[in-house]
Amino acid sequence: MQAALAPTIPFTARKPRRVLPGFGLSLGYTILYLSLVVLIPLAAIFLKTADLGWNRFLQVVGTPRVVAALELSFGAAAAAALVNTFAGLLVAWVLARYEFPLRRLVDALVDLPFALPTAVAGIALTALYAPNGLLGRLLEPLGIKVAYTPLGIVVALVFIGLPFVVRTVQPVLEDLDHEVEQAAATLGANGVQIFLRIVLPAVWPALLTGFTLAFARAIGEYGSVIFIAGNMPMRSEIAPLLIVTKLEQYEYAAATGIAVVMLLISFFLLLGINALQAWSQRRLLGTT
Amino acid sequence: MTFLPLRRLLLLLTLATMTTAAVAAGKTVTLLNVSYDPTREFYDAFNAAFATDWKRRTGGSVIINQSHGGSGKQARAIIDGLEADVATLALGYDVDALSVQGHLIAADWQKKLPYNSTPYTSTIVFLVRTGNPKGIRDWGDLIKPGVAVITPNPKTSGGARWNYLAAWAWAKSRPGGSDATAEAFVKALYRNVPVLDSGARGSTMTFVERGIGDVLLAWENEALLAVRELGAGKFQIVIPSQSILAEPPVTIVDRFVDKHGTRAVAEAYLRFLYAPEGQLLAAQHYFRPRDVAVGAKYTGQFPTVKLVTIDQAFGGWRAAQAAHFADGGSFDRIYEAY
Repeated sequence: MQAALAPTIPFTARKPRRVLPGFGLSLGYTILYLSLVVLIPLAAIFLKTADLGWNRFLQVVGTPRVVAALELSFGAAAAAALVNTFAGLLVAWVLARYEFPLRRLVDALVDLPFALPTAVAGIALTALYAPNGLLGRLLEPLGIKVAYTPLGIVVALVFIGLPFVVRTVQPVLEDLDHEVEQAAATLGANGVQIFLRIVLPAVWPALLTGFTLAFARAIGEYGSVIFIAGNMPMRSEIAPLLIVTKLEQYEYAAATGIAVVMLLISFFLLLGINALQAWSQRRLLGTT
Repeated sequence: MTFLPLRRLLLLLTLATMTTAAVAAGKTVTLLNVSYDPTREFYDAFNAAFATDWKRRTGGSVIINQSHGGSGKQARAIIDGLEADVATLALGYDVDALSVQGHLIAADWQKKLPYNSTPYTSTIVFLVRTGNPKGIRDWGDLIKPGVAVITPNPKTSGGARWNYLAAWAWAKSRPGGSDATAEAFVKALYRNVPVLDSGARGSTMTFVERGIGDVLLAWENEALLAVRELGAGKFQIVIPSQSILAEPPVTIVDRFVDKHGTRAVAEAYLRFLYAPEGQLLAAQHYFRPRDVAVGAKYTGQFPTVKLVTIDQAFGGWRAAQAAHFADGGSFDRIYEAY
């Protein structure tokens, strides 16, 4: 996740002498810190899983129920992150480009999903979307069920993921030079062309980072989802719940086994997104 | 009238405070009781009663701290180092884990106190909406098409395991009943479950607050609480023809009482659960008391129902767990064919 934040700087063959010293110290600290905070806990998960042995590991993670839960967790997370990418870009655009009454208040509202305990979010959303809830009551006659379905999971994940996209895209939009757009307009470009050729390439890396963050956050989300999901095996049961279920049965190794699979899938997905980001960045820079 | 010089007065006051504090500290004992969700209100009242009784008998003060949560989660917390003096959990399997996984108590813990170490019991009943619109009278009605049943996931909820076993035992006791018919019945029952919460309180909220489902399978004490306190007039209890004797056991956590030096008071605490006063409090909080005299006063609250025990019907918790709730058990088979 951390890597996704770092801007990709095109590699130059000869590095100039740095003005600020301390590379060795800062790198050493970085490695120590990452080891303590990230690597050692992750290593513990892998070690615990090793208790299982290959056969039992494959048996645990290969059951249809675990596979269904993994598909749901990653699928719902991707869907929610995608929704947030579009909605988040719009919100960031409005906040960055327009002055309107209560703008600061709206700006602060965006951060609320960060601050709210996820269980509170889950209970509130469930109360809203349950068949007897404020919104659920209106959707029910239309045949749309949100609470206790996979759709409800996506709704919860959209809620918790929104700030990630807005907060990564907004500063980039604010820094964007209006004159370039004006220049494009004087050269005869229409609105769509300006957006696709000028604005989008500039915010694209930030947008991708926002998507990645929202996606990564949603994969592991437990607190809010558990209330709205209905938790039916094979249908609306998320992978983190299966991990908790294993723990409740005192099967620690099986629990970490599922966690390892989630970690590996997440890692390769994030690596892929980072590569995509680096590639698009290179392509953009190459054209200038 | 003469006044003490201020300095001397202050000195005296300080000394007096220190002495009282020292005396009090010397005699105050702290106990930690780690329990499951629905006992919250009961132990609040019981702890106060025990503290008064302990003071009367020994002159010492005792402070009891409570921790509540899902039964399995609480057992895991103790195993992972929550230093409980006593554990009062939802089912024997979770207390067993303290012995098997945690090596914190002896394997024969259940023989140390009367009645399988369960001072109060409960059973599983149905909670339906007032007027019983779907006409639910017994277990057989739960598998009718169009009946939505609310019960938590037995993998994560102690209460749900009692629900599951009660349903199984009923189906097996039918004429021509066998393990195969019982499994088919339970499977049909879970086809009617629209939401699988992770704990008993979660299911109660789904049924009571969200208005989902026609019938909630619940602890009798939760059902009585819901009827009398959560939604008076909105729900009623249906007693099935047969249910299961739910025995939530209590135990001293040997390792930690020895470490804290609290064995004597912890033992007295658990014994007090069996005393008439403790039994009365249990009955007032909707748990079935073991004491016959106390029970006689509450016959209206606890109707007679045919109860099977887990030892008779399933050969004890370990066997029940292995056959039904472990990986590949009967509960897993229900959802395999989805």
